[in-house]
Amino acid sequence: MSDVAIKVENLGKLYRLGEIGTGTLGSDLSRTWARLRGKEDPFAKIGETNDRTTKGSSDFVWSLKDVNFEVKQGEVLGIIGRNGAGKSTLLKVLSKVTAPTTGRVKVRGRIASLLEVGTGFHPELTGRENIFLNGAILGMTKQEIRRKFDEIVDFSGVERYIDTPVKRYSSGMYVRLAFAVAAFLEPEILIVDEVLAVGDAEFQKKCLGRMKDVSVNDGRTVLFVSHNMAAVKQLCTQGLVMRYGSTIFEGSALEAVNYYQNSSDTNSYFEHSGPLAEAPGNDNIRLLKFAVKPLRGELLTISSGLEFELTFFNQKAGINLDATFELRNLDEIPIFHHGALLTTQNDSQQGIYTVKGQLPGYLLNAGIYQFKLLFGESQRHLLFATDDVLQFEMLNESLGSNNSILPGILRPDIQYAVSFVDAVQV
Amino acid sequence: MQTIEASPAADPRVSPAPPAEEDWTEIIEPRVGLLDLGLKEVWRYRDLVLLFVRRDFVSTYKQTILGPIWFFIQPLLTTITYMVVFNGIANMSTGGVPPLVFYLSGVTIWNYFAQALTATSTVFTANAAIFGKVYFPRLTMPLSIVLSNLVRFGIQLGLFLLIWSYYLLTTDALHPNLYLLLTPVLVVLMGLLALGLGMIFSALTTKYRDLAMLLAFGVQLLMYATPVIYPLAKLEALPEKYRWFILANPLNAIVETFRFGFLGSGSFSWAYLGYSALATAVILLVGTIIFNKVEKSFTDTV
Repeated sequence: MSDVAIKVENLGKLYRLGEIGTGTLGSDLSRTWARLRGKEDPFAKIGETNDRTTKGSSDFVWSLKDVNFEVKQGEVLGIIGRNGAGKSTLLKVLSKVTAPTTGRVKVRGRIASLLEVGTGFHPELTGRENIFLNGAILGMTKQEIRRKFDEIVDFSGVERYIDTPVKRYSSGMYVRLAFAVAAFLEPEILIVDEVLAVGDAEFQKKCLGRMKDVSVNDGRTVLFVSHNMAAVKQLCTQGLVMRYGSTIFEGSALEAVNYYQNSSDTNSYFEHSGPLAEAPGNDNIRLLKFAVKPLRGELLTISSGLEFELTFFNQKAGINLDATFELRNLDEIPIFHHGALLTTQNDSQQGIYTVKGQLPGYLLNAGIYQFKLLFGESQRHLLFATDDVLQFEMLNESLGSNNSILPGILRPDIQYAVSFVDAVQV
Repeated sequence: MQTIEASPAADPRVSPAPPAEEDWTEIIEPRVGLLDLGLKEVWRYRDLVLLFVRRDFVSTYKQTILGPIWFFIQPLLTTITYMVVFNGIANMSTGGVPPLVFYLSGVTIWNYFAQALTATSTVFTANAAIFGKVYFPRLTMPLSIVLSNLVRFGIQLGLFLLIWSYYLLTTDALHPNLYLLLTPVLVVLMGLLALGLGMIFSALTTKYRDLAMLLAFGVQLLMYATPVIYPLAKLEALPEKYRWFILANPLNAIVETFRFGFLGSGSFSWAYLGYSALATAVILLVGTIIFNKVEKSFTDTV
């Protein structure tokens, strides 16, 4: 008797890069020949990990490598990691969409996976017909669907259009209906891949609520992949961090999120050294330096304020040049998107520019933030946009008796005016 | 209605191994046995098969004026074309049978095979989007295709029977006999043959798209290698050394027996029919093995 719902042992998944087609018949035959003799696949190099930023030496890559973990019954496991860390591949293997190359997964209970909502919806069929079809694809029987039909329609909120072909639906209605079917699945194990990024805010809240419901009240095991750290913290009990196809951290959801956020490089300083042509950028713009430092003191805290300084090389002379700073927190919520006009008289020059900007203290709350830069011409044409170029952390400062970080995006220092109006006898 | 079978306490298996290792519902592994079809699982998903069949019908004729009448128009127009071209212009014999009945019988059973095969052969490529996102037994898809073609065949058989009885009552050119009772066997054989061939093609097309091209006109050519538009007796016109090529075609005996039972013209041979059954079994087996191997990982190569 054990309460482990999923046990993953040495799981590996090998992918072939490049085109499959012409010229592969020959290598297919030699692979088959090797396998028949019980030899290793001659084209699979051992130990090459999946780092998409470096160029590998073979055409094969381990999208998952030696992945081991267990999920207990009733746990909600959040799987986080950068793009290409192998999260989706892991979910695909778990939901049996594709077979692993090595290792195995032991499962106790029925798995239903939501890698996408509305899989198998047929545009010509009505909402009603699609509920049955989609439900059956997800593994429900006709009876089960019939029993839950009213709830599904109710949850989706498209009752009025239920006998209209879904091709006439608005995309929002379509997604609502699709999620509603999935939300009423009753498997022992539910696998969810970022399907929450659908619908309007109200519906998203409803979906998160439903997921919480499924895990807490019904005691189901849920595997949840997301880039939304807020949702992971809110929904999950356990967390798993992946990088380059391997798991690098296991623990509680909060610990995992913290690990992930801290392991991604929090360097508040970027400087390019070396030839100009190798600096990040393109033929228009080369990024040379970007740094964030406190206005006062040594540390970036909620009270210190901050100054950011950008240095770049501009190639295009005689234009109106502008630079935009975009700040986001780790939940990918934009804090601001603010531009500086560098030249306004079509008089930009080829050469190096520096731009400085300041944010006052008591504006940003404690937390980790990311800067993204966009360079434009006449505020119209994009010359160059970076990925998140810089990450920095604002530290908390305890003021008064409360030591913990206050919730919220902003951390204003509000001066309250309090006055006693009148004594009232009740 | 299904519940999960592997409630640990209810598991009757006794095993010396650590108990926790033994009551897994499922183990996902790189490779499975060649013939491990998971028919039990397909049975659990039987509602899905029926819903797919229903979807095929409903979606095909939505937004058409004539709707299901197209089921009758297609074989009738084809039959009339054959009558004009092969009987009228090329003056090919129908073995003394009224051309309308002769060609319609051939077209009806041939269409069943050809459409089932063509549709099955694209199962993986056409459904890659669904297959890549959600798991259900892949076999449900080809099964549902063959089933929906079976229903279509049933409808078209009705049309054929209507015209057939008209000729039966008004002329004495038709001589139906007891072999007519073999029809269900023929229909099953043909369905399985289409399923087997379709599975082979669908599995191989995931990697080598060339086969899709081959199949498109291959089916067309195969029709001429099958006695659909000519009676098998006409084969004598062919030089001896090429005759085996036609006779090796397992569809041959099926079409010929179907026609013999209903029309009383042509021939019947247990040996040929037995050969067809054997060939069907072999093709189905090969198809199953290949399909089974490919379905595990085709999302990586499609």
